[in-house]
Amino acid sequence: MKHTISVLVENHSGVLSRISGLFSRRGFNIESLAVGPTQDPTISRITIIADGNEYTVEQIEKQLNKLIQVIKVKTLTKDECLARELLIAKLSVPADKRSEVMTIAEITGAKVMDLSLTTMTLELCDTYANLKRFEEIIAPYNVIELVRTGTIAISKGADTITAK
Amino acid sequence: MKMTAAQAIVECLKAENIKVVYGYPGAAICPLYDALLDAKDDIKHVLVRHEANGGHAANGYARISGKPAVCIATSGPGAVNLVTAIATAHADSIPIVCITGQVNTDQIGSDAFQEADITGAAEPFVKHSYLLSNPDDLPRVFKEAFYIAGSGRPGPVLIDIPMDVQKAVIDFKYPKSVSIRSYKPTLKGNFNQIKRFVSSLEKAKKPLICIGGGVFASNAQKEICELAKIMQIPVITTMMGLSVFSDDNPLFFGMLGMHGVPVANKAVNDCDVLFLVGARVGDRAVRAPLSIEKTTKILHIDIDPAEIGKNIGVDYPLVGDAKLVLQDMIKLAKPMEHNDWIEYLNSLNKPDEFVKMPKGTVNPREFMFKLSKSMPADTIVAADVGQNQIWTATGYKFKDGGRFITSGGMGTMGYSVPAAIGAKMAAPDRPVMVICGDGSFQMNFMELATAIQHNVPIKIIVMTNNRLGMVRELQTNGYDDRQIAVALDGSPDFIKLADAYGIKSCCVTDDKSMDKAIEFIKNTDELCLVEVVVDEMAKTL
Repeated sequence: MKHTISVLVENHSGVLSRISGLFSRRGFNIESLAVGPTQDPTISRITIIADGNEYTVEQIEKQLNKLIQVIKVKTLTKDECLARELLIAKLSVPADKRSEVMTIAEITGAKVMDLSLTTMTLELCDTYANLKRFEEIIAPYNVIELVRTGTIAISKGADTITAK
Repeated sequence: MKMTAAQAIVECLKAENIKVVYGYPGAAICPLYDALLDAKDDIKHVLVRHEANGGHAANGYARISGKPAVCIATSGPGAVNLVTAIATAHADSIPIVCITGQVNTDQIGSDAFQEADITGAAEPFVKHSYLLSNPDDLPRVFKEAFYIAGSGRPGPVLIDIPMDVQKAVIDFKYPKSVSIRSYKPTLKGNFNQIKRFVSSLEKAKKPLICIGGGVFASNAQKEICELAKIMQIPVITTMMGLSVFSDDNPLFFGMLGMHGVPVANKAVNDCDVLFLVGARVGDRAVRAPLSIEKTTKILHIDIDPAEIGKNIGVDYPLVGDAKLVLQDMIKLAKPMEHNDWIEYLNSLNKPDEFVKMPKGTVNPREFMFKLSKSMPADTIVAADVGQNQIWTATGYKFKDGGRFITSGGMGTMGYSVPAAIGAKMAAPDRPVMVICGDGSFQMNFMELATAIQHNVPIKIIVMTNNRLGMVRELQTNGYDDRQIAVALDGSPDFIKLADAYGIKSCCVTDDKSMDKAIEFIKNTDELCLVEVVVDEMAKTL
């Protein structure tokens, strides 16, 4: 089962390598990891999508908490969190196929970022599941490059994760 | 006060009341060594013969003093050599602060001479580490390092300091207090849960206490003995918890595990409530935790929340410092009796019997038994890793005030001699004995020179069977006795080796020389060595 784990960490060098090292040496499966600064410049927030049963998630939380530079760990439940990921795909599209791709973009909510004589570059910001579907839809159109940011997530409503 | 960062390190060590450091110099740590020269009346530097042994010596010192101890190495190979000692301390939760030199800041990442990414290499084995790039951070980093190493679940902390940072001039002021927003260990246990612990133990018909190294880490020896006595609960230990209980305590039933005594393992299987105190239920202690958690109610105190529920499912978890939790439990505990249960365990307890061994060798367990009967109660025993460790753990009968130290988690061969040097320096008035094999001794006997140079009179017992005995035993039992790479042919004559170092020695080959050697060990106040010849097929199991 997939879990969304939010981690507040000190915004210092070396934190990310400690966290990725922890995942590999303890044999935790990580699907994506996204990191960036928060409204507090001393704190970065990492969103990890990890695979595992309840025992594994409990261990991930506890082991992350043992790292001195980890301030807070919280697993977000699927129903109560808002999650997004950005995908950028470059398609090799001959001129006569452009309108077909445009239609797909329109329906899926993707935007055309860039256009050249032979390529179209699309961007889509959506949930993990919708991006997966989008990948399937564009697959027949000669995808020559595809890049994703990894999921970031935040809890719904007034719930927050704070350093305190 | 203005001073160089190197001088500031010395001031930090003084402020932490560090009297001795173990180290090995090199180019990248020269500024610190230069500053240590000016502080030689306050801080004794012990030159070890290998950096790993500096780490092990600090480990031994920390275990006996109960406070973080310090080791120093240079950059590159010096730092990398230290990794084994860092991993050893990490596995046993021992507080050491390791200081390493690093190449100049502007050279980092250039593959400079003797450059190694030590914070990267040691990352899996440290509680925390610092690469000190801003000299002004130095006082805070040292304050934090000692605090992190010694508090919560103790462990090694590494501070890597580039040479130019050591030379920089800073305005030194040692912080009085430390506050790390992301590190606040839970010490006081939840009182409602403590009440539940006590009532579970009260309701139990066959309760059992299993104690681990956490009892030493929290200095809770007295408290656990008192609780066991009030509630009349039998006690077993892991290897790391050995020597908390005196062997003649009627509630004590020995060490559990793969190499433990049968009665202790039977007790774990038969008890109805198992109370784990600072014991992490490692794979060598409990091989099949699943079968126990099904039939037994399990209570677990640990200061590290991640250890609770990691290896064994727990009915009642409790995060806290064992000493504080046990003090609360003692206040609530009512006197109990479990005579049938204790009697049952006693009926399983077979008296020691020592089989005769081939001519020219002695029974290692009999030697341990006799040795322990003769040595003073407060003797510290540092066992190495292998058969010698198991013979000590199960054959040596610890008394009140005695102490067993060994590399329990990592199983690092070569630990005993340097650890004993550290232990002896932390407790100069107590006898300190090394028990190692001819394999492990050849991994660390260069430290005899350290003991001589710094006048550290430890007693070294080398059990020789010309084999890597534990591996030989594994090959015999698990691989149809197909022995490979276990013969130690080419080993020196250890008595002549002792002569070469100018230390007293004797050799045990039969019962008569055994008794004489034990007297010799007991009565020799200087560094000495005893070789105990053991049959190559002698077993631990």
